[in-house]
Amino acid sequence: MLEDKDRIFTNLYGLHDPMLKGARSRGDWDGTKAILEKGRDVIVEEVKASGLRGRGGAGFPTGLKWSFMPKQSDRPCYLIVNADESEPGTCKDRDIMRHDPHKLVEGCLVAGFAMGACAAYIYIRGEFANEAKVLQAAIDEAYEARLIGKDACGSGYAFDVYLHRGAGAYICGEETGLLESLEGKKGMPRLKPPFPAAVGLYGCPSTVNNVESIAVAPTIMRRGAAWFNSLGRPKNSGPKVFCISGHVNKPCNVEEELGIPLRELIDKYAGGVRGGWDNLLAVIPGGASVPVLPKSVCDTVLMDFDSLREARSGLGTAAVIVMDKSTDIIKAIARLSKFYMHESCGQCTPCREGTGWMWRVMTRMVEGRAEIPEIDTLEQVTRQIEGHTICALGDAAAWPIQGLIRHFRPEMEARIAAYKARGAGLRMAAE
Amino acid sequence: MSDFVQPEHFAFDAESEAAIPPLVAKYPAGKQASAVIPMLYLVQNQMKRQTGSAWVPTAGMNEVARRLDMAPIRVYEVATFYFMFNLKPVGKWHLQVCTTTPCWLRGSDEVTAACRAATGIKGWGETSDDGLFTMTEVECVGACVNAPVIQVNDDLYEDLDAETTKQLLDALRRDAPPKVGSMKGRQTSAPEGGPNTLTTLQFGAES
Repeated sequence: MLEDKDRIFTNLYGLHDPMLKGARSRGDWDGTKAILEKGRDVIVEEVKASGLRGRGGAGFPTGLKWSFMPKQSDRPCYLIVNADESEPGTCKDRDIMRHDPHKLVEGCLVAGFAMGACAAYIYIRGEFANEAKVLQAAIDEAYEARLIGKDACGSGYAFDVYLHRGAGAYICGEETGLLESLEGKKGMPRLKPPFPAAVGLYGCPSTVNNVESIAVAPTIMRRGAAWFNSLGRPKNSGPKVFCISGHVNKPCNVEEELGIPLRELIDKYAGGVRGGWDNLLAVIPGGASVPVLPKSVCDTVLMDFDSLREARSGLGTAAVIVMDKSTDIIKAIARLSKFYMHESCGQCTPCREGTGWMWRVMTRMVEGRAEIPEIDTLEQVTRQIEGHTICALGDAAAWPIQGLIRHFRPEMEARIAAYKARGAGLRMAAE
Repeated sequence: MSDFVQPEHFAFDAESEAAIPPLVAKYPAGKQASAVIPMLYLVQNQMKRQTGSAWVPTAGMNEVARRLDMAPIRVYEVATFYFMFNLKPVGKWHLQVCTTTPCWLRGSDEVTAACRAATGIKGWGETSDDGLFTMTEVECVGACVNAPVIQVNDDLYEDLDAETTKQLLDALRRDAPPKVGSMKGRQTSAPEGGPNTLTTLQFGAES
């Protein structure tokens, strides 16, 4: 169990002053100049050694990603912070930006310096209007205190931080969709390669990182890779902010070690499942796009990238959506299908047409107004969408349905049988 | 409010004009198209100030195109792609009700019903007869541990149920919006009853 002294986001709940004075009292901006003086290679190596994996969903090693940036470039390089937090279930970056904004601003400088970037653009989702105000105030303070700007922290390094608000499009959380949006276009993802590290924002080398990945970087540099690596499990190191929502007694965000058992996370921090653990039906462990897990798996599964992958789901953003036995699981997943239909950018045919098709079939599955072989057809269509689109939204739309069919097929069949039985009853009554 | 008139002209007022240079300055020379979303927000906010309704008329898009040296179609594409730009007038209080699964699990159906009962609005996207409220179904707004939530204009109201939704709408009707955030008085995303972590830390003087 993580102790308070090892928690990075010490103002997660906003009980203290989020601004510079309060942030400094919590250790932010302490010795930043000395961190920069170590040089960019040392910072990248330290973050690599910490084992930090991207906190935005994919879990790609952060230090390795930074190392893809060119050592020398005749074009400007950019750090892009993905603050378009939109994965249903996820609300961790919101807390970082409104309660610990200086961790992010300082992280921008440390990460940006490590990759040779001249500026960071923080792309914050449009709905976070109030969070954007706090973050902008923190950026303004940092400029005023000469922590960023022409001579950041007195290091001689020039670094700007800009905040850019989105306007309500989930797809802009996809890194190349985000870049398109930042360039003033529709957020339609780009084909890769070229990868952003070669051709990113304005055609320049760019790296896109999640808010949490960037915000933990200064603490890793201060406390060392070994400390970070000592928390969590091998290849799944460090603390992580979990969001626990749905049918728990006390929904909340909490920072814990990766690898904590799901049951312990829910029982210890979120007051347990409504009606007790035995009243649990299923959990979506990492935000809407990862496959749902039935109680039998939830009993023992650990909350980290590799454990959840072995359970054929994923850690995603560590957004834990809990559903008790009162839940219509088919309807819960159908609502996610509607989400993906709404958020498909419309660029790739399998996703544009497929998300709508899946939602229409899912609405019939909710009623039971379907034939049993259609469950297989639905499963096959998800396979036709998965992996056949430019970005991962197609995959994200397919996985929840695959998880539903894998674990709850009997419920779907029973629903269909019940609908047929009702129809037969009505026909008999009419005769 | 199905019938509405597109104004023929749109010009930025002094408040918007003052905001434009620092907005455009965030982006490198020649990359001013990056400012299209922020500029459309300026249009929408100015319409709110001038008419009481936050929306983006076509004339506003044309003005943004002219200022940023973009083809108007590029601005129309952006304005129609992003969900937060209202392309027709909305009520004074824009009730953006989240109904995505995490909110649905915690009772967004109840919240929706309470909104309908209090405003008389029947379908999504409609505005009440008195012009005070518009109800829009939105996808996850990113406050899931405080579900269910409604975003009213720019502000999130959280931890709602039928009763507190009614209280919220009554307050809005009186032009007295409650404190933004949890309608249960919870400390942001901490568990109800108070945090069970971060309780052992002492920080130096803050303020």
